[in-house]
Parts: sequence; structure tokens; C-alpha cells
Amino acid sequence: MSVKVYVPRETTALALGADEVAARIKAEAAARDIDIELVRNGSRGLFWLEPLVEVETSAGRIAYGPVEPGDVGGLFDAGLLEAGLQTHGAQSPLYQGPVEAIPYLQAQQRLTFSRIGVTDPLSLDDYRAHDGFRGLDQALALSPQAIVDEVKASGLRGRGGAAFPTGIKWQTVLDAPAEQKYIVCNADEGDSGTFADRLVMECDPYLLIEGMAIAGLAVGATQGYVYLRSEYPLAHEIFNEAISRAEAAGYLGADIRGSGRRFDLEVRLGAGADICGEETSLLESLEGKRGMVRFKPPLPAIEGLFGRPTVVNNVLSLAAVPYILAHGAKAYADCGMGRSRGTLALQLAGNVKRGGLVELAFGTTLRELMEGFGEGTESGRPLRAVQVGGPLGAYLPESQWNLPLDYEAFAEVGAVLGHGGVVMFDDTVDMAEQARFAMEFCTVESCGKCTPCRIGAVRGVEVIDRIRQGDNREANLALLGDLCETMVDGSLCAMGGMTPFPVQSVMKHFPDDLQRDAQPR
Amino acid sequence: MLNSANLNWTPQQVQDEIDALKHNPGALLPILHAIQDRWGYVPREAVPLIAESLQLTRAEVHGVISFYHHFRTTPPGRHVVQLCRAEACQARGSRALETHVRDALGIDYHQTTADREITLEPVYCLGNCACGPSLRVGERIHGRVTPDKFDRLVDELTVQVLEVG
Repeated sequence: MSVKVYVPRETTALALGADEVAARIKAEAAARDIDIELVRNGSRGLFWLEPLVEVETSAGRIAYGPVEPGDVGGLFDAGLLEAGLQTHGAQSPLYQGPVEAIPYLQAQQRLTFSRIGVTDPLSLDDYRAHDGFRGLDQALALSPQAIVDEVKASGLRGRGGAAFPTGIKWQTVLDAPAEQKYIVCNADEGDSGTFADRLVMECDPYLLIEGMAIAGLAVGATQGYVYLRSEYPLAHEIFNEAISRAEAAGYLGADIRGSGRRFDLEVRLGAGADICGEETSLLESLEGKRGMVRFKPPLPAIEGLFGRPTVVNNVLSLAAVPYILAHGAKAYADCGMGRSRGTLALQLAGNVKRGGLVELAFGTTLRELMEGFGEGTESGRPLRAVQVGGPLGAYLPESQWNLPLDYEAFAEVGAVLGHGGVVMFDDTVDMAEQARFAMEFCTVESCGKCTPCRIGAVRGVEVIDRIRQGDNREANLALLGDLCETMVDGSLCAMGGMTPFPVQSVMKHFPDDLQRDAQPR
Repeated sequence: MLNSANLNWTPQQVQDEIDALKHNPGALLPILHAIQDRWGYVPREAVPLIAESLQLTRAEVHGVISFYHHFRTTPPGRHVVQLCRAEACQARGSRALETHVRDALGIDYHQTTADREITLEPVYCLGNCACGPSLRVGERIHGRVTPDKFDRLVDELTVQVLEVG
């Protein structure tokens, strides 16, 4: 009987050598005349253990990691594939025990990410065997209004960062009369420190397909587009293959599951412009134009892609929908705190010992996340600052680490949860340099439509340089404060309007770093 | 793809790429991707062909090409190395790596080594944020890149050239 061995095919695992490990496992098994079935699963999102190799046994799936190609022979010698390997395998320092019992995983509430790493991402059989398409089946039996009501009742809010209630957005599009409507999925995951959208598309692509098809049924849209950043080549490849297979199996196309209802889906690649994560800029880009931000109103829900009513949702919002339909709005809304219902996909990144995906109900504290899950910095040095919510998010000092992860609690201190990225820095970080980078990034990525953003960011870099050179420091700090306010108040979209957040947080919480002369490089 | 830039294009080949896609709504970006995927860049001479086919002005097509960082208008080196400059990689030592990469290659961003081997580009996040510093060569992303690992990678890329050449 052949033994099932799992080696992830996912960007981080591959970046750390998963393909080489898979090849070595095949070669070792062949050399020892052992029959194995090698499955390329997704990642569990426990990145410090990647490449994480799993072996199916009578006691469940046993994990080994992080496995390097050179470790493979030794693992076979230690009885990787043999019966009773829990005892044999335990002799290996790479032995992690039954994968489901790894505390990092066990302590999570994986509603959206219940399948990642478990299944072969492209296997429709695997997807169906793990609850897949149950939400779509439910939706096909409901009226459009009933689907929208379910999403409203779940309390789901936009997971891209703006946290606008998803159900209300859908209602607006449902109520807008039009021959053609669109579902647009924002997969332009540009925030540093985030990879949750990528994990959905690489490790559980049918989940997003199902969520988009449900959205189409809900609002009467027959065409969907996924706007995917060009920096994610593997997600592109896997998701395109998933679309082909879903079409062939009748989950997409002219007659979804014999219902007579249509939904087509296409991936469009971005081209390295971070601004296209802003929804109106994204729509311009999909139309084949420069990604210049549009004025609102009109809202995209009324006049969106090609001037038609359009739902624009983040990957994670759409990926939450199948669970809500399959298990009911209440099951989802029962998680969370205050007005933040359900779960949030947090992404532990940067200088962290145990980085990865942590899906939790809203309400856990940042400290619990960074220390309990992350176990502090990888360098072993004291943690000094954490940037939550991507390049437009504030840097939080230790005094704010007891904040609960909740949209409103973060907003109260001028911080944002954004897309859930948590980037940790140890005490070697120069916060003045981080403030400068925030402005520099805006000079690169501003679409140029409005002056505070286009010019303000350039002036921001210049004035921070003068501060760091000790040139008229106090006056220039005052000028920087003014500039930040102007950008916040005067910019059209979040790029210019939020770029000052990290800068202001450095001025407020790490002022000493701005008082020191820059180290010459 | 990125690693096998083929400089020999003909207007007819470019037109074929355009014709295969021009009927799709919002076809300009897909067309530019198709051309760059095939030849490694978007030749200047392609602009009037695209403009004509999509009933746009040349200025509009040029404006789109210049807006997006991904599109190049000159041929890149044999390998395009994209180094992540974003915060999560900074927290893991990417600034020191960046200095090393520039020194080792003797070029800055958006430049190509004199032997036309490597073009260096900045990138703002490859989604490998728990295991940086990250860089991309072609379709392959590399994690936990140290200066030593970078030097070995460059050696491997160069050795491949000798085998081919």
C-alpha cells in the first residue's frame, strides 16, 4: 500500500526549497523501492516550519519541518514512512507530531482558512470532501435578497481595510437596475506583511471561486474579474487552472450546477502599481487605463467597472462568504467583539520567530498575537515597534500592544487593522528611517492626481532628510507635522490620506529617533 | 518569460499578440503583458500598432505603459532580479542586503550589468513576508536571502549562461 506524503506547493514553501525537498523524497522512495503517493498540498501557514512535510498514518498526519533537501535521507532512515513512526520519527529533531495538534494551529479559529494545507488545492474532490460548495448550493436555493440578508446578518465587513459592511454594498448593487453588473475581486495585495489573499488563491482557490459565484447570484452579476498583482506568479498559475477545472465541472459558466444561472470569471494581472489596490484605481486599471483614482460619488456600486454597478470586494471578504452561507450568518457573527464580527486573518511577519497566518475571532490583543503565537522576534532582541495594516498603518509602541484587535479600538488611537498585516521590528530599527520610507513609498506609488499626495510625499522625504541631518531640526519637525495634516485632510484617497499615519506615529511615539543624526551609510 | 528575453520581434508578431486579445473589454493591460512576456519588454514601435488597434491615441498607450512599474520599454538583461524593499523585509535585514546587492553587481535599480546578465529592479512586496529578505528571479521567489546566498545565486545564474553559451 502506498503511503501519502504531502509537500506544499506554495510561494513561501517553494522559496525555502519545497520543490527540491519533493524531488528528494521521490528519489529516496524510488531508491528504497517504497511506494509513495506525493501530494502537493497548500501551506498550513506555519511559515517557520516550511517546508513542512506531512505523512499520512493511522494516527493522522504527522508533520516534519523545516525540512531541507539534505534532511530527506535521514528522515527515511529514521522511519519516516514506516508503521509506528510516531516513535521512530520522534527521534528526528524535525518531528513536529500530529499536525493538527501543533499549538499554533490548534489555538486558531479557522473558518475561512479551514482547508489550507489540508487539501490538494486543485482537487475538486478534496474541496467537496471538506465542505466545499455547500455555500453555493445554499445560495442556489435562495433568492438574491435572501443571500444579501444572510451576508448582512453575518456582520461581515470589508477585509481589505476599509471595513465597510459587505452586505450593504451588495444591497446597493442588487438594487441598482442594469443589464450588466460585475463582481470585482481585489487581489492586489500590496501591503507589506500580508499574504492571506495569496494563501487563498494558492492553497484553496475554489473557495474564492465559490464566494464570487455566490456574490454574482446575490446581486445579479454574470461576470467576475479577479484583479491580481503581477508579483504573485504562482497564485496566477494555480488560480487560472482552478477556473478551468471549475468551468469544466459546471461550477462556473453559463449554467451553474444546472440552475440555468450564469457566472463567468477571469483573472486580470496588475502591473506593479500599488495604488491599484485602491478600488477606483483598480477599476480604471481593469478598463485598460492608468490607475488614476476616481472621485466618489458615484460609488462603484452604482457606476463601477465600465460604468456599471459593481461589487468590489477584497479576496478575504469574498472568501468568508461560503462559510456564512453554509453554516448560517449566526455561526459567523457569534465570533468577534463589538461591531467587528467573525474572524480576522492576521499575518505575522517581519522580525518574528514564528511567522505565519493566524486566523482568530476579533478581540485578541496584539501582544498575545506577537508573543503567544509569534514568540517574539527572530533575532532574539527586544521587540520595539510593530506596524499593523501595511505601509499606511501606524507604528505601535509597547504601550499600545494591549489593544484588542478590533476595528474601532484601533481607530480610537489613530491606528488601522487594514488587511491584518503585523510587521514586527526589533530594537535595532531606526524609526526615523521608517518614517522616511513611508514618504518615499508614496513618492513611488502616488497616482499623481492630487497635489497633497504627489508633491507632499516628495517634500516629506526632503524634510525628514533635513531633520535627520540636524538641519534646523525643531522648525522642520513643525513643518513635517503641518505637512502630514495637509496630506491627511487634502488627499483624495487613502494613499495620500494615510501615508502620514506611520510618520505621525513615529513623531509621537519614537521622537528620540528623529533627534539623532542619521548614521552615514 | 522574463529569463529568456527574445529581442527578435517583427511587427506582424506584435500585431498577432494584439489581435488575439483586442476584442476583450479593457484589453490594453493584457496586450502589454502578452508583449512583455514574449519579448521581455514593450518595444517603442509597438505603441502605434496598439494605439491603432484599440482606437486610442499613442499618448494614451504611452501613458499607460509609463504608469505601471512592471512595463519596460528597453530590453532587460538575461535575468531580472527583483529585490523586495518593503517594510517586512526591512525588519529582516533587507537594507543591508540591498547595499550588498548594489555593490556586488555594481549597478543601481533599473540598471543592467555591463555584460547584460542581470537587470536589478525594486519590488514592493512579494508576499513572502515572514521569511524575508525576499527576491524574485523570473518566476522563482527566494526567501531568507543573505549576502552569501545572493552571491551563490548570482554564480548559479552565471554558470547557466556558460552552459548555454
